[in-house]
Amino acid sequence: MISSLLVRPIRWSTALDAAGAWLLALVWIAPLLFAVWASLRAPGEALDFSLSRPFTLDNYRAAWVAAPWPTYMLNTLMLVTFTLAGQLVLCTLAGFAFARFRFRGREVLFVLVLLQLFILPEVLIVENYAMVSRLALLDTIAGMGLPYVASAFGIFLLRQAFRSVPVELEEAARVEGCSWLGVLWRVYVPVTRPVYLAYALVSVATHWNNFLWPLIVTNSPDTRPLTVGLSLFGAPESGVNISIISAATLMVVAPLLLAFLIFQRQFIQSFLRAGIR
Amino acid sequence: MPRSRALDPIAQRQRRLHALYGWMLLTPALLLLTLFAFLPAAATLWGSFFSRGTPRRPAVFNGLENYADLFADPTFWTVIGNTLLYAAVTIPVSIALALLMALWADGRMPLRGFVRGAYFTPTVLPMVAAANLWLFFYTPGLGVIDAFTGLFGLPPVNWLGQPQTALWAVIVVTVWKEAGFFMIFYLAALQTIPPDLREAARVEGAGRFTYLRRVLLPLLMPTTAFIFINALINSVKLIDQLFILTKGGPNNATKLALYWVWEMAFSYFDRPHAAAMTVLLLLVLGVVAILHFTVFDKRIHYR
Repeated sequence: MISSLLVRPIRWSTALDAAGAWLLALVWIAPLLFAVWASLRAPGEALDFSLSRPFTLDNYRAAWVAAPWPTYMLNTLMLVTFTLAGQLVLCTLAGFAFARFRFRGREVLFVLVLLQLFILPEVLIVENYAMVSRLALLDTIAGMGLPYVASAFGIFLLRQAFRSVPVELEEAARVEGCSWLGVLWRVYVPVTRPVYLAYALVSVATHWNNFLWPLIVTNSPDTRPLTVGLSLFGAPESGVNISIISAATLMVVAPLLLAFLIFQRQFIQSFLRAGIR
Repeated sequence: MPRSRALDPIAQRQRRLHALYGWMLLTPALLLLTLFAFLPAAATLWGSFFSRGTPRRPAVFNGLENYADLFADPTFWTVIGNTLLYAAVTIPVSIALALLMALWADGRMPLRGFVRGAYFTPTVLPMVAAANLWLFFYTPGLGVIDAFTGLFGLPPVNWLGQPQTALWAVIVVTVWKEAGFFMIFYLAALQTIPPDLREAARVEGAGRFTYLRRVLLPLLMPTTAFIFINALINSVKLIDQLFILTKGGPNNATKLALYWVWEMAFSYFDRPHAAAMTVLLLLVLGVVAILHFTVFDKRIHYR
């Protein structure tokens, strides 16, 4: 890297660009870096930037024992799994119907489905709460996940993916005696695997981070996901100091953040693929 | 399809089977969409026309009275003002920053991977966690910002506690969270633009900003429209940070539309007014949807 800088004459604009980009990058991760710093300092010394003071893991210990994090984590995992599993099944079937079947009313139905991109579950919290309550699903994982299972976004994404599959592939399978579901399972799903991966990553990230709806539906520590647990933990009236809040926040974001750092390329590609189609 | 085929009984049977399969495949998704989108939307509209029932006095139809109540409530206008300001600032600022980030992250420079990662990182954090991180910046007296301004002898400021600054503090958090996400879409679009264009522009003697303004921005228009719609929707639905940072206060200064709905419904148990406010939000989203499907659709990535 150094040699290339020496060989090529450095252009001012390029250097300025690089400097600007780095500066913005630093500013952008500064909140995270400050939190890491604060979480490792004794309470009251969060903003003491001298290296002579000792570092400590006490904040993590204090945060860990102050709330049932393993339960929260398990709930988040179950929520994410339940939602994704449901989405994959339902959106596959619906996407397949829209992509490969002709029937009366298909276009109208498709527009109805797309409407859900705008009639957001977030906005319908009041009546969705009533519905979940009617179904006796309050304070359950299913209640948290169900409104998101018939994802218009997923149906749309998979419909587009299925439509791009060459019909010849399907016909070959049909000649060999595959049923419709067989064709779906043996031809369409394998061919569009990258789209599934992209959708899965986006879905997991979305529901791992979802807050408002789980907050409304849950009312016990046994079902609360991480985000809701964290919000209760960090509440100012709980009197927890900033170092401990930082430690708890970092514990909560650590799994997803680590996954992101390791699979950064796939993550960004997935968001791209899911967003662009 | 040729006309004669329509009379062919085998083809007709085939087509009927096709339709049957299509409907069967759609049934589970339609059922859930009905339960959690269409019925609730209809129930919201219906409920917004009724008064708040009590155990002794059942709810009665009162027409548009709930809406009239909203319009007469000063809080309503504060909330609308807040939400408009919030959207009017967060949307353009995060789009502009996203473009800047994408232009930088697309160029050649040392540590490009780090730069991209840093911009994108806030996207993978839950909004609640992001708000917690920023709490540490804003805390009066103890926060990072006050520690910094204190170096210059400036007095501590209660960023989240005073009405003049609270909404702006929330806006900063939203922009921080969203810009890196929108960058991704610009980044993808930039990669589809042939490099010859830049060469051609340079040969013509166009400077960087001319190239950006005359070539890149027009080519990126569909992406910008797509991001704009997303940002618009987010400014309605993304309110998680308020629960951590301000709870809508001080003095309603940071109360955004959906937060107010939540508060009316789940703190004050005033469902009719919450329903009326929800209907207004749905109307706005409906306008966004129409905008999306008519004006932008042909030029957007969809399809």
